[in-house]
Amino acid sequence: MTISFNINGQPTSLDVDGDTPLLWVVRDMLDLKGTKFGCGKAACGACTLHVDGKAIRSCSYAVKYAEGKNITTIEGLSNGDQLHPVQQAWMEEIVPQCGYCQPGFMMATAALLSEIPNPTDEDINNNIVNVCRCATYYRMRKAIHRAADIQSQNAKNQPS
Amino acid sequence: MSTPKPKKKFSRRKFIVRSTVGVGVAIGATYFTRPLWRRSIAGFVNSAELPYNGSTDEPRLWFEVTADNEVILNSPKVEMGQGTFTGLAQIAADELEVDIQQIKVIHAPTASGNIDGTSTGGSTSISSLWQPLRELAATMREMLKIEASKQLGTDAAALTVKNGVVAHNGQTLTYGEIVKNVTEWEIPETPPLKDVSTYKFVGKPVPRVDLKDKVIGAPMFGMDASLPDMLYGAVVRSERIGATFVGADTSSAEKMPGVVKVVKEPDFVGVVATSQMAAEQAKQAIKAEWATERNWQSEDIEAMIKVGQGDPVTIQKTGRAKRILDNEEEVITAEFTSPIGAHAQMEPNGAVAHVENDNATIIMSTQVVNLTRKEVADRLGLAPEDVNIIPTYLGGGFGRRLHTPNAVQAAVLSKAVGKPVKCFFNRREEFQNDTFRPPTHHVLRGVLDKQGKIKAIEHNLSSGDVMFGSPMFPGIAEPVLGADVGAWRGGMIQYEAIPNFRTVSWRVKLPFATSWWRSLGLLANTFAIESFMDELALKAGKDPVQFRLEHIQEDEAGHRLREVIKAAADKAGWKDEVVNGRAMGFAASTDARTPCAQVAEVSIENGEIKVHKVTCAIDPGIAVNPDQVRAQCEGSIIMGQSAAMYERMFVKDGQLLPTIYGPYRMALMRDAPKEIDVVILENADAPGAVGEPPLGPIGAAIANAVFRLTGERLRSLPLTIA
Repeated sequence: MTISFNINGQPTSLDVDGDTPLLWVVRDMLDLKGTKFGCGKAACGACTLHVDGKAIRSCSYAVKYAEGKNITTIEGLSNGDQLHPVQQAWMEEIVPQCGYCQPGFMMATAALLSEIPNPTDEDINNNIVNVCRCATYYRMRKAIHRAADIQSQNAKNQPS
Repeated sequence: MSTPKPKKKFSRRKFIVRSTVGVGVAIGATYFTRPLWRRSIAGFVNSAELPYNGSTDEPRLWFEVTADNEVILNSPKVEMGQGTFTGLAQIAADELEVDIQQIKVIHAPTASGNIDGTSTGGSTSISSLWQPLRELAATMREMLKIEASKQLGTDAAALTVKNGVVAHNGQTLTYGEIVKNVTEWEIPETPPLKDVSTYKFVGKPVPRVDLKDKVIGAPMFGMDASLPDMLYGAVVRSERIGATFVGADTSSAEKMPGVVKVVKEPDFVGVVATSQMAAEQAKQAIKAEWATERNWQSEDIEAMIKVGQGDPVTIQKTGRAKRILDNEEEVITAEFTSPIGAHAQMEPNGAVAHVENDNATIIMSTQVVNLTRKEVADRLGLAPEDVNIIPTYLGGGFGRRLHTPNAVQAAVLSKAVGKPVKCFFNRREEFQNDTFRPPTHHVLRGVLDKQGKIKAIEHNLSSGDVMFGSPMFPGIAEPVLGADVGAWRGGMIQYEAIPNFRTVSWRVKLPFATSWWRSLGLLANTFAIESFMDELALKAGKDPVQFRLEHIQEDEAGHRLREVIKAAADKAGWKDEVVNGRAMGFAASTDARTPCAQVAEVSIENGEIKVHKVTCAIDPGIAVNPDQVRAQCEGSIIMGQSAAMYERMFVKDGQLLPTIYGPYRMALMRDAPKEIDVVILENADAPGAVGEPPLGPIGAAIANAVFRLTGERLRSLPLTIA
């Protein structure tokens, strides 16, 4: 079937089996490799991307449901060369170790901050439930708070 | 433009010859099986600085200068998150006289010739390359200066160098300009190395060299690799312990859409298809037949892992611990266990293989580049030189990528279809075909003297294999060592002021693959010994920190251990009491000569253990990158906490379970301590191990805190409150 959606702002049409997980469409057909395969069962969050601004585990999301929607992957999170506040905070806290799970965490965090601009530790515990085997959780928590600060600072600096 | 190839053969200069474990191995197995020799070898291995097993005298295998004045560092060690690339860049930049931004670290493909003969693992990358890499970089700098002196018509000694620019009397040449005109390199003697205190990058918290790529999601992992016309492969894997492949009915798979070819080999069956999903679905349709001898259960495995069964080897003995403990009356005895652990690294194992008539290219995440090359070459009937392994960044290593049969399978599939094939494990296969951390059983015995000091202590440990049986480890070494070095890692008594102490390692062969898991035996052995130290301190009526300090010997290792114990206790504000429902627990270990002490601050919330804060003092010697030393401590502490509190594989009806994250419970954000305070001491004059030593103390530190809170001594991992 033909499926059409916007991905990172680009209108895209594909001829694909509608039951194909969105993850494999993004990675293998659109060659956007930042979204990772971890488990294929929505259990680890490595494949997290945004569909209409919501964090989705794309390994378990059939591409047919993306029809007409706006998809954002880690490649589209930044605004050109201007990194997203979450990415800036990840840089400043030097979060990644092996780095494999980090795009999923950053996408989950960006979605969280759009709903809860200043999350408490409890909000973070309840919403950031991806798996990181290098266990970078300590720096991630600091980076999430820092990203919230950068985002609110940016909002203040916006001309009203 | 790259560094021109020399006309004249590179003159081989002599670097310092380092002793290797391999020397002992080569001398002959029979003689060394005597217990005393085994003990002395064990002692040597325990404190050895393992050498780098690759080229240390060919600077141009390591460095390539580009026309725009960048230096490409061809790393034979792989980057799996441990920060090695950043450390290597720092070390090289300082001796090469370039800015850290001018260094680009890449994985050396085997075709480059810069091949590490063994592996990336054991926390040895920075420590083993510290001396050779500085010498290589300093020599490369001098080579560039000699060429510059010819091109500028002056004496090399008169030149100044900064940021990769050579200057003399207002004339300048960049390294990039120099190499353009070199036809024949002159190789000087290794120049004197700079004083460590003058280094600009070594010792500083330089941001990771791979930071930006990892933050923007750049394609860098084995899973991200692709080649033109690439197809997708899948291999049927057994779900049962001890299963051997008999055959397969592939008739329905062959007819499925997208299937290019079903590949039947004597030892496995696989499928190649046009997409990942098609390959996976066709694989599910293959009906494979397996032969199994036994329906294994967890109880069978637990019954095997018992001190007293299998082959014992005494690996440490001072005084007459056994005789004393067999005869004294007030002997304290305690048993501890740890379960089977899964690696659960986030990037599954896989490979992209392209096999042509007389050569093969493999792109993948591997910790054993050289072994992977050999195994692929052997299977395809090629010479190793005809196989090019292109290592990528690893989505986690932790020891999981020291076995790479997946490279062979991908190569066989590629050869069968004549096209590049990408083939990797799904998550269920990862969990069921892991090379697990072996389960362990420990028996500790101890007795105090009248002053409340330890008179004798003994540690008996039983474990499945870690190094033994691995294709990486020469079989001839097994009778020499007797006991598995990996299994007993961290198992020796580190408090050498005790007059009588003894460690015995018991080997058990399990029916499923067990192997390296970050820190090897350290996690379980330290949990047992350091829990027991608290039990002895309680019996002696002494403060556990003070009690440990009383048993530390007066030598360099003792000094370094004492200092980390004091530093951790000071920084944490150590208290041997419960305050506001929270208690501290203390533990310390020495791993690969790096001592580490930790204080865990713990409470019980809703019947569960909650870790609030961990204070960690570590002495890796020179901290090449203090920020990454911290990062390794933070990650190790939480990974160790995860293993100590949650993780466990079990065996049911011949299967290893569970097969997915979640049911295989691991520490998540909500479980991780909100505070981790790391103190770095540098009481040695070279960098030592960092990536694994901080996994040692955490389990016992948490268990010791729980005892203080509840009075209940938890002696089995994962820690569970009754």
